[in-house]
Amino acid sequence: MKKNGVTGFLYSWKVAPYVFVLPFILSFSIFWLYPLVSAFRMSMQNILPGNVTFIGLENFSRLFRDRTFYTAIGNSFLYMALTIVLLIPFPLFFAVLLDSHYVKAKGPIKAMLYLPALTSVVVSGIIFRLGFSEMAGSAANHVIAFFGHAPIRWLSMKGTTFFALLLICCWRWTGVNMLYFISGLNSISPELYEAAEIDGVSKAQKLFYITIPMLKPTITYVVTISIYGGLAMFLESYMLMNNNGGPRNIALTIVGYLYRRGIERNQLGYGNAVGIVLLLIALTINTIQLATSGTLKQNRSST
Amino acid sequence: MKMTTLNSEKTVGNYGSIKRQNIVGTFFAMIFFSALCILTALPFITLFIGAFRPGQDLVRNGLSISLDWERMTLDNYKFLFTGRHSYFLWYKNSFILTVIHVSLSLLICYIVSYGLSMYAFRLRNILFFLVIATMMVPFEILMLPMYVEIMTLGLVDTLAGVILPGLCSAASIFFFRQYMTSIPKSLIEAGRIDGANEYRICFSVIMPNVKPAFAAMAILSAMNTWNAMLWPLLVYRDAKKFTLPIGLNTLLTPYGNNYDLLIAGSFFSVLPIFMLFILFQRYFIGGMTAGAVKG
Repeated sequence: MKKNGVTGFLYSWKVAPYVFVLPFILSFSIFWLYPLVSAFRMSMQNILPGNVTFIGLENFSRLFRDRTFYTAIGNSFLYMALTIVLLIPFPLFFAVLLDSHYVKAKGPIKAMLYLPALTSVVVSGIIFRLGFSEMAGSAANHVIAFFGHAPIRWLSMKGTTFFALLLICCWRWTGVNMLYFISGLNSISPELYEAAEIDGVSKAQKLFYITIPMLKPTITYVVTISIYGGLAMFLESYMLMNNNGGPRNIALTIVGYLYRRGIERNQLGYGNAVGIVLLLIALTINTIQLATSGTLKQNRSST
Repeated sequence: MKMTTLNSEKTVGNYGSIKRQNIVGTFFAMIFFSALCILTALPFITLFIGAFRPGQDLVRNGLSISLDWERMTLDNYKFLFTGRHSYFLWYKNSFILTVIHVSLSLLICYIVSYGLSMYAFRLRNILFFLVIATMMVPFEILMLPMYVEIMTLGLVDTLAGVILPGLCSAASIFFFRQYMTSIPKSLIEAGRIDGANEYRICFSVIMPNVKPAFAAMAILSAMNTWNAMLWPLLVYRDAKKFTLPIGLNTLLTPYGNNYDLLIAGSFFSVLPIFMLFILFQRYFIGGMTAGAVKG
């Protein structure tokens, strides 16, 4: 077993774990810590090719007077709030119903509802963009024609654009969230229900006093990823609209604005300032949400 | 739950009425889910039908489910498979990217999570905390500095530039670690007694036991890489390097026969993932929902 020099050193079981985790340490430093620090640094710089100047918080003070930025924040928050409203209760209800003994052929139903999650944002964006085309022959205009309404320019108005964005989101994520909830339901001990049945508890009481409280960790998880996904939404809007943001920025999101400033206009300092604000918003909301749902407290007491 | 219901039916003694109630419930539940499944399938159906309509027709009318048999044509598919365009170059690029990314990423994530779960060493908890921390910052925030970094490193337009930042995926490490907590540590002790060194134990003793986790992560990671758009869009500038999502996006301008290719090409691009899904359905769902319960 004993070997000399470097090989012997690397083979010892005290050193081995560090060798195993080395790729993570490298990747963490190069592709997480360094970019994160750079983001803070660049947000305080004015960056022109070959001419970088430190300007302190000027990007931020400009950002807080930037109307387009507020439009972007408003759009991202609206999108996030509506996705949470739509993508927690409905998938939860579908999951409870699908998990009941009323439903046959559970496997095929689950598979079908999960299928949209397999498509890329690009392909789903193409489908919905052409389906919501302003032409009279598009799917969306067919539907309203059925109710006797004249064709509308779906992707030129804010309300209808958001409807299309939310439809993409619901189409792609309802099945996924439903499966999260089903796996949460399966982890609830059946003894709880049996005990409740002995006590003569009704179905609605079982749902509100056993199922939903026991699903709390799953709900917290889904809310967390929905907050992040909603706030960081960009590609859906980028694919659905003809350009990044659409007419009068009706679908411009925070990341869309970061992309516009940082990549399209090559203003890296300003773009990074947008990113830092987004980071602070995301962390704040997430902390509030975890604190109010009691997850932080639970973790502290269990570890 | 089913058992208890049956028991209570017998003890109550009104077996028939409860059974009828079940049938009515099943009837409505099945109608409900059938409707939901049809709604979910509609966008796929429009895509499927749209692929048989001439591109100019799509430009003029948009995409819909209306069937117009006289104008249906196979020309789009003919053009897809025999025409002069870059579609299959993109397909090949996406395929190579996916295979390389998935194999390297899984190997690395396995090794890291092996180190994190099989040894009790001083930095372990801090490192695991850092793994979780990386998940707390959305990629979009690091996108700009990472883009600058890739330019500085001279990795623009290279496979390395696309792959390297995502190789050590926190989600995969987390999943492997969760899976490995169920593997008895005595396997490692036995390996050591047999005289195998630490690396041999990692690859020949433990790795075969982690196969299902590899399968689940391989499929999830393949799907994500195949569908990835934002980061490859930033790294690749040369049209010859484009992956499928970037390439399809460039077709969204109604010039020439772009739209002929767009819809048929979109449909054809989804097929490999559908095939994977049909073959390995349980791994898809297992891999995806693993994080949710323990959360």
